[in-house]
Amino acid sequence: MSERTAATGNSEAIADAFAGGPAYIPYLAVGDPDYDASLAYVEALDRGGADVIELGLPFSEPIAEGPTIQGAVVRSLEAGMTPDRFFEFVEELDVDAPLVCMTYYNLIYQFGGSDGPRAFVEKAAEVGLEGFVVPDLPAEEADPLREACDEFGLDLVFIVAPTTTGDRLERIMSRVSGYVYVQARLGTTGAKSDVADSTTESLDRLREYDVPKAVGFGISTGEHAERIVAGGADGIIVGSALVDIVADGVENDLSTDAVADRLESLSRELKEGAERGYAARTGAAESR
Amino acid sequence: MSETGSTTNDASKPSRRPGRERGRENGKFGRYGGQYVPEALMPAIEELTDAYERYVLDNEDGFMDEFRERLADFGGRPTPLQRAERLSERYDREVYLKREDLLHGGAHKLNNALGQVLLAKYMGKERIVAETGAGQHGTATAMAAAHLDMPCEIYMGERDINRQRPNVFRMKLNGAEVNPVTAGRGTLKEAISETMRDWATTVENTHYVIGSVVGPHPFPVMVRDFQAVISEEAREQAIEKTGELPTDVVACAGGGSNTMGSFAGFVDDESVALHAIEAGGSTLEVDEEAGVAPNSASLYAGEEGVLHGARTKLLQDSDGQIMESHSVSSGLDYAGVGPELAYLVDEGRVTPVAVDDDAALEGFHRLSNTEGIIPALETAHAFGYLEEHAGDLGERVIVTVSGRGDKDLESVIEETDGRDVAGAPDMSMFTGGI
Ligand SMILES: Cc1ncc(COP(=O)(O)O)c(C=O)c1O
Repeated sequence: MSERTAATGNSEAIADAFAGGPAYIPYLAVGDPDYDASLAYVEALDRGGADVIELGLPFSEPIAEGPTIQGAVVRSLEAGMTPDRFFEFVEELDVDAPLVCMTYYNLIYQFGGSDGPRAFVEKAAEVGLEGFVVPDLPAEEADPLREACDEFGLDLVFIVAPTTTGDRLERIMSRVSGYVYVQARLGTTGAKSDVADSTTESLDRLREYDVPKAVGFGISTGEHAERIVAGGADGIIVGSALVDIVADGVENDLSTDAVADRLESLSRELKEGAERGYAARTGAAESR
Repeated sequence: MSETGSTTNDASKPSRRPGRERGRENGKFGRYGGQYVPEALMPAIEELTDAYERYVLDNEDGFMDEFRERLADFGGRPTPLQRAERLSERYDREVYLKREDLLHGGAHKLNNALGQVLLAKYMGKERIVAETGAGQHGTATAMAAAHLDMPCEIYMGERDINRQRPNVFRMKLNGAEVNPVTAGRGTLKEAISETMRDWATTVENTHYVIGSVVGPHPFPVMVRDFQAVISEEAREQAIEKTGELPTDVVACAGGGSNTMGSFAGFVDDESVALHAIEAGGSTLEVDEEAGVAPNSASLYAGEEGVLHGARTKLLQDSDGQIMESHSVSSGLDYAGVGPELAYLVDEGRVTPVAVDDDAALEGFHRLSNTEGIIPALETAHAFGYLEEHAGDLGERVIVTVSGRGDKDLESVIEETDGRDVAGAPDMSMFTGGI
């Protein structure tokens, strides 16, 4: 394999997901509300046009999540989700989009009774995962995981917050691969009814770096997706708005099919919004 | 003549003895410590590290002088080192009590809360958030915030709110808002997670006053340095009273701020044995299936892992999911512990011991009726330890009375009633409450 650079990354599938158009990147917590329904839900995201799928492996202390995803984590853990079950799930899943695991560092670190991330990454590579997002692992503490990802050909996505500038940004951008997760607003995850101004500023700061920029935190409608991609994002990450649909299904006792249909149709709306934004941006660039 | 270690020319700066330098440079204690937090918090943590180095370590703008002065005038320091006459007789060795229960607010917590709220002020922050378990840290933070005129919000587990109603009322009296946390079992672990979430949203104008020597760097070193006043005083007082260092220091450990505060001044004194007393709860057995450890003995029974920003010893299952802990005392009810303590235990410098709920309750009643001091249930674990292990200790023992027990009276009635607790008064007339 050729040497990883931020621009090429380790995973070809992830690089391809950003080639030739905006990437729609949905997130769901695996096992929410149970294993089988969750399989159907993730497959619905894929049918709805997902370019990459972020699969959440639930951790008991999700400090970066707002109430929506905390709820998903509780439901999934109560239904018996574990790292081993998570890997089985990934193997069983029938989707085209490349898969990224989103979880907290302690689960990666403890896996297989090991001290360190290597065993987890090896297993992830074996079941076909393409990368990781680890919200409680800043660049300063990430070298062991970075090395394991390079060894097994996976990408390591970092989050850049509205407050990330200067040296910190450099430190992150020298370690990131696959894509950079641009956190659209301060705080924790959660669907919002507007798009934060800080997004544009963050994208401006990242312009000079040759790595795909995917914006997340708060996106819930096709119109948000359109504006964010028109503003320069290479992709959009959507979690809480999708988890809300799952939660609503639990609350109202909806069938798995009904929930899957709603996930697929919101996915289409988001993907189409992203494509409109992309057309506006590239069209504008051409007519200049 | 100065055995006491403080040099006169910069007495206001924290000690530079080797044990006290540990962790200051990069937040690592051997394999423990670090900064495992969401990116949104990293700039705030860097800003805080810079402020800690300038104001706390270098006394810039006279920060430490103002801190010491306020601890004296508002807090009532120094607290006494008192010889416990009955206990000394009972255990046939000299037992001294470091009376943090006499600090304003009734616990050692003010040392840290006042330091951090003052630091937030020096940093130009406009709002304080904090978590609390027993309500002691929340109370101390609310008092310090009122004293220094800062708006303050406290996150507290719902279950703890029910266990610690007097403290909830005290926080409100001091003008703080108290936000109930309903996630999980509604105790300290969930309250810390929720406060971190608030902070991740508000970092630009808010300081998070963490309540113990836990969390990402610089919190463990900074909280230790604010709490070290306990052992700095105790060391001088012991030398003054007995002409010698103590042989043993005993302190209860939840997150470990009382413990580190009581030990810091003695860590470099090889002859002084240090005992960290954890909550053994009802049993040290864990229920992996239910994810419950019916104790809070993370130093004694925990495994290395990453929680709330630091690598440390934790109560967790084999996958790395954090367990729900338990103790009669909400202040010890936490699945993690400060990274420096984890390190000192591995090095053999600190000995961890677990004391169960029953022994702690007996310790509570014994100190109350023999010495006239009603201790916090957290503190009571240290006296449970003394009863079981005094024979293993040396000639001169210091026990830190980390807090007073007024906040625990309801819990003590509930827990004592129905158990056969040695030394307890007849509870029947109080079972309806007080
Ligand atoms: C009186 C008292 N002692 C001890 C503790 C335990 O905390 P730490 O281990 O940080 O001192 C508490 C916590 O609330 C407390 O209130």
